[in-house]
Amino acid sequence: MTRKDEVGGKDWAELRARLESARGPRYWRSLEEVAETDAFQKLLEDEFPSQASEWNDPLGRRRFLKLMGASLALAGVSSCTRQPAETIVPFARTVEATIPGRPLYFATAASLGGFATGVLVESHMGRPTKIEGNPRHPASLGASDAITQASILGLYDPDRSQVTTQAGQISSWLSFVAVLRREIEAQRLSRGAGLRILTETVTSPTLAAQLNGLLEDFPAARWHQYEPTARDSVFEGSQLAFGEVVNTVYHFDRAAVVVSLDGDFLGQGPAKLRYTRDFIEKRGSGAAGEAMNRLYVAEGAPSITGAMADHRLRLKVGEVEGFARSLAQALGVAGQTPEHEAASGRWGSWIAPLVRDLQDHRGSAIIYPGDEQPPIVHALAQAMNRALGAEGRTVTWTEAVEARPENQFESLAELARDMEAGQVEVLLILGGNPVFDAPAELGFAEQLNNIKFRAHLGLYEDETSELCHWHIPEAHYLESWSDARAYDGTATIVQPLIAPLYGGKTAHELLAAAAGAAERSAHSLVREFWRSKTSTEDFELFWKKALHEGVIEGTSSAAKSPTLRARLDAPDGRAARAQLSTLAKPAGRRLEVVFRPDASVWDGRFANNGWLQETPNPITKLTWDNPALLSPATAERLGLANEDVVEMALDGRKLEAPVWVTPGHADDSVTLHLGYGRTRGGRVAEGAGFNAYAIRTSTGRWSARGLEVRKTGKRYRLACTQDHHSMEGRHLVRAGTLAEFQQDPHFAQKLDHGGGDELSLYPGHEYKGYAWGMAIDLNRCIGCNACMVACQAENNVPVVGKQEVIRGREMHWIRVDRYWEGSLDDPKTYYEPVACMHCESAPCEVVCPVGATVHSAEGLNDMVYNRCIGTRYCSNNCPYKVRRFNFLHYSDYETPSLKLLRNPDVTVRTRGVMEKCTYCVQRINSARIETEKEGRKIHDGEITTACQSACPAQAIVFGDINDPGSRVARSKADPRHYGLLTELNTRPRTSYLARLTNPNPELEPGAVEHPEHAQQSHGGPVAGFDPQPRKRAG
Amino acid sequence: MGEEKTAASTLDAPGPVLEPGHTYGSVTDKISSIVLTQPTSRTWFIGFGIAFSLMLLLFYSIGYLLLKGVGIWGLNIPVGWGFAIINFVWWVGIGHAGTLISAILLLLRQDWRTSINRFAEAMTLFAVACAGLYPILHLGRPWLAYWILPYPNTMGIWPQFRSPLLWDVFAISTYATVSLLFWFIGLIPDLATLRDRAHSRTARIIYGILAMGWRGSAIHWYRYETAYLLLAGLATPLVISVHTIVSFDFAVSIVPGWHTTVFPPYFVAGAIYSGFAMVMTLAIPIRKFYGLEGFITMRHLNNMAKVLLATGMIVGYGYMMETFIAWYSGSAYEQFMVMNRMKGPYAPYYWALIVCNVVTPQVLWSGRVRRCVPALFVISLIVNVGMWLERYIIVVTSLHRDFLPSSWGMYSGTFWDWSTYIGSIGLFLTLLFLFLRFLPMISIFEMRTLVQPPETAREP
Repeated sequence: MTRKDEVGGKDWAELRARLESARGPRYWRSLEEVAETDAFQKLLEDEFPSQASEWNDPLGRRRFLKLMGASLALAGVSSCTRQPAETIVPFARTVEATIPGRPLYFATAASLGGFATGVLVESHMGRPTKIEGNPRHPASLGASDAITQASILGLYDPDRSQVTTQAGQISSWLSFVAVLRREIEAQRLSRGAGLRILTETVTSPTLAAQLNGLLEDFPAARWHQYEPTARDSVFEGSQLAFGEVVNTVYHFDRAAVVVSLDGDFLGQGPAKLRYTRDFIEKRGSGAAGEAMNRLYVAEGAPSITGAMADHRLRLKVGEVEGFARSLAQALGVAGQTPEHEAASGRWGSWIAPLVRDLQDHRGSAIIYPGDEQPPIVHALAQAMNRALGAEGRTVTWTEAVEARPENQFESLAELARDMEAGQVEVLLILGGNPVFDAPAELGFAEQLNNIKFRAHLGLYEDETSELCHWHIPEAHYLESWSDARAYDGTATIVQPLIAPLYGGKTAHELLAAAAGAAERSAHSLVREFWRSKTSTEDFELFWKKALHEGVIEGTSSAAKSPTLRARLDAPDGRAARAQLSTLAKPAGRRLEVVFRPDASVWDGRFANNGWLQETPNPITKLTWDNPALLSPATAERLGLANEDVVEMALDGRKLEAPVWVTPGHADDSVTLHLGYGRTRGGRVAEGAGFNAYAIRTSTGRWSARGLEVRKTGKRYRLACTQDHHSMEGRHLVRAGTLAEFQQDPHFAQKLDHGGGDELSLYPGHEYKGYAWGMAIDLNRCIGCNACMVACQAENNVPVVGKQEVIRGREMHWIRVDRYWEGSLDDPKTYYEPVACMHCESAPCEVVCPVGATVHSAEGLNDMVYNRCIGTRYCSNNCPYKVRRFNFLHYSDYETPSLKLLRNPDVTVRTRGVMEKCTYCVQRINSARIETEKEGRKIHDGEITTACQSACPAQAIVFGDINDPGSRVARSKADPRHYGLLTELNTRPRTSYLARLTNPNPELEPGAVEHPEHAQQSHGGPVAGFDPQPRKRAG
Repeated sequence: MGEEKTAASTLDAPGPVLEPGHTYGSVTDKISSIVLTQPTSRTWFIGFGIAFSLMLLLFYSIGYLLLKGVGIWGLNIPVGWGFAIINFVWWVGIGHAGTLISAILLLLRQDWRTSINRFAEAMTLFAVACAGLYPILHLGRPWLAYWILPYPNTMGIWPQFRSPLLWDVFAISTYATVSLLFWFIGLIPDLATLRDRAHSRTARIIYGILAMGWRGSAIHWYRYETAYLLLAGLATPLVISVHTIVSFDFAVSIVPGWHTTVFPPYFVAGAIYSGFAMVMTLAIPIRKFYGLEGFITMRHLNNMAKVLLATGMIVGYGYMMETFIAWYSGSAYEQFMVMNRMKGPYAPYYWALIVCNVVTPQVLWSGRVRRCVPALFVISLIVNVGMWLERYIIVVTSLHRDFLPSSWGMYSGTFWDWSTYIGSIGLFLTLLFLFLRFLPMISIFEMRTLVQPPETAREP
């Protein structure tokens, strides 16, 4: 800051201009933003020093006081009209169907990677609070995932960008439109030769039509698509196999045998929810005569699909191709080079039994290639599926769903080349964050500076907007009109639940503005598009129906039956380029590096979402970070322990990150999750984790060879929610094979530790009406964490931050315990969701001195927050450790936007209070009120808990155990049914159904590699696997 | 004053409980002069200054605690109780010796108790005051602590009588009340002495009010003796009950390592053990600084060392039984808990506890050690540390790995845990320094009964 009058005056003039440019109801919010900017803060701090001379100058002082008065008066101005910025509903003239206090649900769609999943959004008096899956949507069937659940927090994120900025200064949408029009018109002469548009994957028919319309106007312009997790291998693999682009749809509900080639179909991909549901339905319960499906997984980095496998083959990611070739050869797939036979030693014993099993199930088998595998694996998988008679049964093909399928890494590389050559004059980046996540070799950030006019539409002011002239806040999908297609092409109209909180714009509106129709709203654009596409006379009916249902009937992509090419890996240029890996063995300390999207932050776009950051990784149970994962053997060889920081070098690029030893990981391989290490993009995102994009290139986009790892001697604390991974020989998760189960259906109950004679000092409770209970089927649970985030959203569960997680104070009401059993190198993985058990003789109830936790007449263990004084005795005495304590003031009472997020039916807890799962008592009570008004009993299935309704595998069943016909009562009568720690005589209301596996008798687990570990793998727990005992506090 | 070597030289016969050669007058002069005539020493000021600073640290820590919440401590899930409960039990344990010495030894007519009972009782009160802080401070919402009390309220809500924490409230408050009464009643005749001997008017008024009109008449003495005996009878079961009920906080739960029937006697023994250790820790420097070797003689120290040895053995037996029962019960959780204590991440604490509480006191079998004052002082300190470690082991190692391995965690104290702990020692010492300065630390009138040959008592 310079001290002279002119300069100070300029600052004030700017501030005044800023204040004056703000208008109307957004005024106070805008001021907050002004106040948030560093410049304004600095101005306030420096006020007296830099303005000291003004006091001696009568004129200056007057102006100064005027401004001070103005800023003080602002509070007054806003208090006169304290209208919230968002649309509210007046009570006097009731909006149709709106009853105060009763939520409404609206169908819309959430997209990830361009592909839509239908959702129903709960709206309380005009503010969306909770997301459920849309049962009518083919990609959801009523389920949702953690990322979708957390997107509601994304909507209210106070760190979202809130104003249009030009070179970091606050501007307005209208100014932007004016400049944009000028720039676009300037391109008209060259027919748009200097115009480039960069989007993420587009499936939206409206947006595609707009883009194509613009390209017609400017034929020399280019539209590029890029997402760091683009499914290029799927695209290229289809080209290799069929010579054309098709969309492959798998039908797991018809598949008795599934072989996954490094494919995490339960945890990733546009159809993961649907595939999970189909797979789990087919997996069955082992009940009399019912067959179970069988899952083989070959993978490098452990995934939840691998955890579900009956047989898991631990291979380096680069070896999966060899495995696929061996398998294809054995299945008689022609047209490939035979050079890979030699490498089949590592999986030699697998091929014959696997092929026999597949051949036995012709027409009901699926070979599923992972998105991250090279195109040839996809082509081989297509050919193998054909060879196994899957066509039309377990695998079908449709036309591509994307508006323009392409190899997105190539598309971006082309853009970067053009930028380098100076051919790009106007670049519109619609969503995405290429400066952060573009392949490292492109130097995207440097090239960006060559462009004269660059604008970025995004939810956050991120790394990309920092380098763009203009940043336009994007409307969240819950604030937008749009449309999107699901994995099978089914289109959904995206309708907003709330007017944009921060005046955000959609890509539709920006493109319309670019095309000179700035006045067109996204609503009218989408509506007009569909009006032109429908032949129905009654468009209003079509439109209403589409909005109401959340799916547009008959929009799924047309089926295709492409013909397989004769030679799959014909050495044409495309195939050779698409070849991502070779089978060269890494030498010495050089390792394979594997990149994967993160289960929480995905490619980095959800990095500012606290719910997701605090959701433990399904495999490592780590929060808030993305360490380099490696196998115990590799860690031992390199002399590394958990939390050791290593320097990783790949082709001259370097990255420092801590390591985390992960049982089940392939040896000589390091997995890095993408999306962390953000430098801009919100308070939560910044500083969490390490940026794996720094060493990620186009050629090694999913895996690369030659990683050098060097121990730095530094340490880095990681926040893990589960420090201990073995069951210590306790029968917590009970599992058996299908054969064992058929021999003795009650095997799980026989594993009880004794006790359970139900003796009690106190008289038992009597349940005359309802008796709520829950059953969790471990044979269905895939460990995906959807329940955790759903519960967090439903029950206003706070985020505590990394340090508090390290101290062991995470607040999740339901957690998914993950245990390993068997060898250290390749253990079996078991998941077990644990929430409050609502014990009938609850140890917590007797020890509370003030009666803050009491038993309800329906068997709920109620927590009375108002009465709780916080002795924590209940938690100490809870054998399941499901109680959560507000050690500090975790709930955010201040941030205005987060107040809108809360579920109004659930208390926001203050510090010093114990909390825990309530079986979603607010949902029970709401159903009770309704049914009592109607004078009937609550039907089975009328109440679903938040965890239950989110679960894609339908593993959780809730209901009245007094009703013998209820699903939960039937579950509890299942022979696989058992209770957790029943020997303590707690008589838990939540109980479990044992997990079953269906191994191939010909293929004994552990027979493939590491025979020295095979002996340990029977029943023996991982002997206290704890690479180092960790102190969680201090 | 007295040469302790003289007392120490007679090996077998118990030494005198009062240095020979004292008269009624000399006893009164000696003890009352500390309060009334001797100038307040520099050492006292330095000691008081340190204690007071530590007490301020406690207040600061409490202030910060109320501002932020118990999250400033190292607590977590699964370890919901930490330093607060450890310190609470530790202080309550220390608070045992006073009443035990005064009441039980009085009933048992152990006249050697006389010279140590007064400050042992004071110590009890101060320790209970320190202990009483913790259960309130460790609450999530300490300002609502009164909800534990069964008071009539408009909501018609009662506390939950099945909870041991509620029993605790009654046990501790009863114990504190009776101990205070016992201590105060015992003080009355001495307060009258101080009133009569005080030179300053203020002191005369204050001591006069506190002496409650004591004139030393026969009827006063008669009533005094009756009341004192009754209170002693009342206090005796309380000594047993208070720590029994404190042990119920643990024993009534289902946590492996807590759910143990041996806890009540084992806790009481542990409390007496730590109480006597603390009396010794305090008595040794006090008799040195105030030259009271003639009153607190080697016989006292010897006897206390014997009590230490005996209770230490009971505590050791408790540890043995815990281990044995864990094996004998056949409960996998109990067995794991014991193995985890011995071999788990807190094993160094466990073995340090065994060394402090079981191994170290064994040297007290030797009469030479029992008569070596520095050795006794060191041993008493070690026992104090050991008893703190015992509570640490009980609270932390039982909780940190219980039933579900997925929820296991680790615990360690933070700066605020330590500052609150050390601060409470400051509070304790501050009160003790004030007591030493303003009240007779040894019962004057009772000491006079020990004077031989008897003379006619002239003074009240």
